[in-house]
Amino acid sequence: MNIGILLKEGPYNHQASDTAYKFAEAAIKKGHTIDAVFFYNDGVNNSTGNMEPPQDDRHIGNRWVGLCQKNNVKMMVCIAAAKRRGINDDVLIDCGEITGLGNLTDIAIRNDRLVTFGD
Amino acid sequence: MEEFDDDEIVKKIMHVMRNAPHGTIYTYEGLEMILIMAAYDQDISVAFVDDGVYALKKGQDTAGIEVKGFAKTFLALDGYDVEKLYVDQVSLEERGLTEDDLVVDVEVISSAEIGKMMTEQDVVIQH
Amino acid sequence: MLHTINKSPFGSNSFETSSRFFQPGDPILFIEDGVYTVQADNKFSKILAEVQQNNPVYALSPDLDARGIGNIADGVTTIDYEGFVELVEEHQVNSWL
Repeated sequence: MNIGILLKEGPYNHQASDTAYKFAEAAIKKGHTIDAVFFYNDGVNNSTGNMEPPQDDRHIGNRWVGLCQKNNVKMMVCIAAAKRRGINDDVLIDCGEITGLGNLTDIAIRNDRLVTFGD
Repeated sequence: MEEFDDDEIVKKIMHVMRNAPHGTIYTYEGLEMILIMAAYDQDISVAFVDDGVYALKKGQDTAGIEVKGFAKTFLALDGYDVEKLYVDQVSLEERGLTEDDLVVDVEVISSAEIGKMMTEQDVVIQH
Repeated sequence: MLHTINKSPFGSNSFETSSRFFQPGDPILFIEDGVYTVQADNKFSKILAEVQQNNPVYALSPDLDARGIGNIADGVTTIDYEGFVELVEEHQVNSWL
């Protein structure tokens, strides 16, 4: 099954990013394809490459990069939401792609499921 | 993955507005999402539930808080062929509002009717 | 349609509102702070029991464990992320945020 993920909340402040990641990991383990994670609202803050959490905490940015590099999950960042919040290509995580809401529409259309996580 | 021609697929996508406007950005960015999706010729509907009904309230003047007002943008949805606007009757009544208090023509229907529509959707996105 | 609820019922009306929209047979999954809903003998146990008459109810066990919730209402099925994925295999998803 092909699944898209819409993530509407920032990292650390809310559990949404963690749940989305754990869900994606479990889906891939069961043989499903996660087509893309689309970051929207404060969710765009997941895509910044400058996160430095304490060493004993999980690194949410690196998790997304890992998912992208190991499992070819696209990491898409809404351009309008990103610009509002000062996120551009200079601060983006590896694999991050700033793109339009048209791509979210395509994700909704071409996948069997779109699963939303947020506050 | 299979190659799809997006033009041939029409999906039923429902947006559910659950938050009041201005206090958070969810309604405004939700509206931006609806406007883009509308350009893709999908079967789009919008349901206003809980504080989401406040997004449609007449008489909003955001000049004093210097936040962009967007209530009237809901009026423009019709021009994008987004004509299915549903308001949850209980949410409206709980807030002491009637259809006359809203900026745009909507269908005020029961939660059960909206719930039934939700089950018919390919995608539901809450804002 | 699978409904997920991620808010404590004590701080948000997500559970009470969403329950008006559930269709018979729709599975309900409590995640994140939503799992406080299924703690046994709380203020929402009665409405939860009413929901359970028409809908299967699940709660995400890692979220229950994280919050120290061991005593859960009768009839609630606990699942892990794999079980979450299995529900998504069977149903479209409506995440009540």
